[in-house]
Amino acid sequence: MPNMSMKKNPMPTQDPVVRSANFDEVALGYTPEMAIDEAKRCLNCKHKPCISGCPVKVHIPDFIARVAEGDFEGAYQIIALSSSLPAVCGRVCPQERQCESKCVRGVKGDSVAIGRLERFVADYHNANTTKWPDKIENNGHKVAVIGSGPAGLACASDLVKKGYDVTIFEALHLAGGVLVYGIPEFRLPKSIVQMEIEGLKALGVKIETNTVVGKTVSVDELMDDEGFEAVFIGTGAGLPKFMNIKGENLKGVYSANEFLTRINLMKAYRNDSETPIQRAKRVAVVGGGNVAMDAARCARRLGAEVYIVYRRGMDELPARKEEIEHAEEEGIVFKTLTNPIEILGYHNPDNKRDPLNGTVTAMKCVEMELGEPDASGRRKPVEKPNSEFTLDVDCVIMALGTSPNPLIKSTTPSLETQAWGGIVADERGQTSREGVFAGGDAVTGSATVILAMGAGKASASAIDEYIKSKNQ
Amino acid sequence: MYKILEKTPLNPTVTKMVICAPRVAKKAQAGQFIILRTDSEGERIPLTIADYDAEKGTVTIIFQIVGATTEKLNHMCEGDCLSDFVGPLGRATHTEGLKKVAVVGGGVGCAIAYPVAKKLHEMGAEVHVIAGFRNRELVILEDEFRRASSKLVLMTDDGSAGKKGLVTEALKELIESGEEYEQVITIGPLPMMKFVALLTKEYGIKTIASMNPIMIDGTGMCGGCRLSVGGKTVFACVDGPEFDAHQIDFDEAIERSSMYAPFERKAHEDACNLFKKEVE
Repeated sequence: MPNMSMKKNPMPTQDPVVRSANFDEVALGYTPEMAIDEAKRCLNCKHKPCISGCPVKVHIPDFIARVAEGDFEGAYQIIALSSSLPAVCGRVCPQERQCESKCVRGVKGDSVAIGRLERFVADYHNANTTKWPDKIENNGHKVAVIGSGPAGLACASDLVKKGYDVTIFEALHLAGGVLVYGIPEFRLPKSIVQMEIEGLKALGVKIETNTVVGKTVSVDELMDDEGFEAVFIGTGAGLPKFMNIKGENLKGVYSANEFLTRINLMKAYRNDSETPIQRAKRVAVVGGGNVAMDAARCARRLGAEVYIVYRRGMDELPARKEEIEHAEEEGIVFKTLTNPIEILGYHNPDNKRDPLNGTVTAMKCVEMELGEPDASGRRKPVEKPNSEFTLDVDCVIMALGTSPNPLIKSTTPSLETQAWGGIVADERGQTSREGVFAGGDAVTGSATVILAMGAGKASASAIDEYIKSKNQ
Repeated sequence: MYKILEKTPLNPTVTKMVICAPRVAKKAQAGQFIILRTDSEGERIPLTIADYDAEKGTVTIIFQIVGATTEKLNHMCEGDCLSDFVGPLGRATHTEGLKKVAVVGGGVGCAIAYPVAKKLHEMGAEVHVIAGFRNRELVILEDEFRRASSKLVLMTDDGSAGKKGLVTEALKELIESGEEYEQVITIGPLPMMKFVALLTKEYGIKTIASMNPIMIDGTGMCGGCRLSVGGKTVFACVDGPEFDAHQIDFDEAIERSSMYAPFERKAHEDACNLFKKEVE
């Protein structure tokens, strides 16, 4: 009998007051009983619209049916056919805009909690797997994967399973890309990412950290001198945007990338960390996406009073719904329809050597209202006349999105890119260069983990075909 | 892991290390930098490449002990391994076509000025080096500079070596005496570079300064190393580290460089205490 409850099983979470002072994971995960109860809400409908909402086409009703039967490992094996990183995607996918938005149960009531079930199944598998997978004998054909974020990991995972000799090149000292430097521990524990990476290594994937392709070695050298037959570029969109307003170079103004990297990759939130971070009292985070929520919630955990400053309204916030709810519960104040115009700093007129010189004291803002829809279809924010006001803050974090890093483009002749920096590639990742494929944020600009993963998988299959046809 | 092949103290606070890093050595050029971590819990710190040998696969770094990480680094020995060493980052110094150049270095900045002077000298340019230090004890690379230049003017604050005075005084004297430099390259503490730039601006001599701001990744990702150059924001890691000194907002750079000064002072003291304890 299906469970006809209109409501999803709620996700158990840490108490907001407690969690806003720690970096432990917020969502605690379903118990097996909750998972089975939730799985029984799935009607296993004929058209399976949820699958069409999934960028990698996970066989959702099939895995949920296994969960309902209590066969959690069986459920995992079904997800693993389509997804390389279920424990990650179950946590960070915007399900309300993907699979769950298509769920028939969502027409009257809540959709089935597909994301929470995916997470449950992946965590069950990780907790109950006692040995790493066996190493796969490789076929001697070398493929280089540049970048170890979601796109690169997914591409490497599929290629190594097809028998290729795969090496991932990572610029930072730790593999994982945005999963380790960007998304905070309380939303995606780093041990989960580490487990995925160790799993890939066990299969035979080699990882060379501290290698900046475009600086340490070029794409041409990888192919001509080091014998890689194909290259996948999954370097993401790592270049932070700033507003170009006055005062942006004051001490206490961070890009979200820098703020989050200090906290997540370099563990600056720990008292024993060797990497410093400003312990601000009042923080304004400019932007309304997931990265803005992450930065705001990190700042909150470091003890600050935090504002989200966003030029559109609450309904237009691009962040995942759950992140917005969690941020509100944690006491973050949303100043929507607000746009910064200048950051003000301290300068002691009597002492040029005052160490406080050049530090942020406030942010000048204007109020906005929504006008006609713009090219993106969203209503364009327009400045309200005479609405200027000042927000007292000692730290400002710019979370305005990122663009692709130009390092590879500038050192790879004839690799075509868009004017804004994205690499030109078709839906299977083929770029303007033979043997060179690309996918994820490096091609699309900043998007989601699951889309990057999907692009990595598509390129893996294209690379497989390319190398096979070349060696016929 | 990146092995320390040689370690030589140059003066009580400055140390030279030769590191085994074949991929970096193969690509390194004068003016570029690396980022290292001593161990898996360490901070990422940028250091400019002081020398490199592509055949031997080695990169030389010269660092001053100023914070916790450089203190830890200085306690490592030949045969020990650095956990991370990434590069070469940033753009190389533009040296093409230069015929007569003054290289002005200050303190440990001379370590970075040296490969630039050497490269220019090897290209056949006439190189004058002005190297400034606080006192005789802190002088580094004197012989190396002598070999890489046709004129070396050594300056110390107290006159204990070379002439007493500031590098700007020496530079002014050379210019006034009729030396015609196409370009001045200055590397050292921010206030020194600021005053070199102010001086050369008066004479209309093109001047390049090598910047070393706070950064994390060194690939353009964090934006922590941003500077104002000619009114525009640039990232030292990917757009530099060398910029037109007449366009750099040095006052802003000086302010930004002190962002974590209290943290760094405390971390350095803690590191020193820790090493003292080990000795006891």
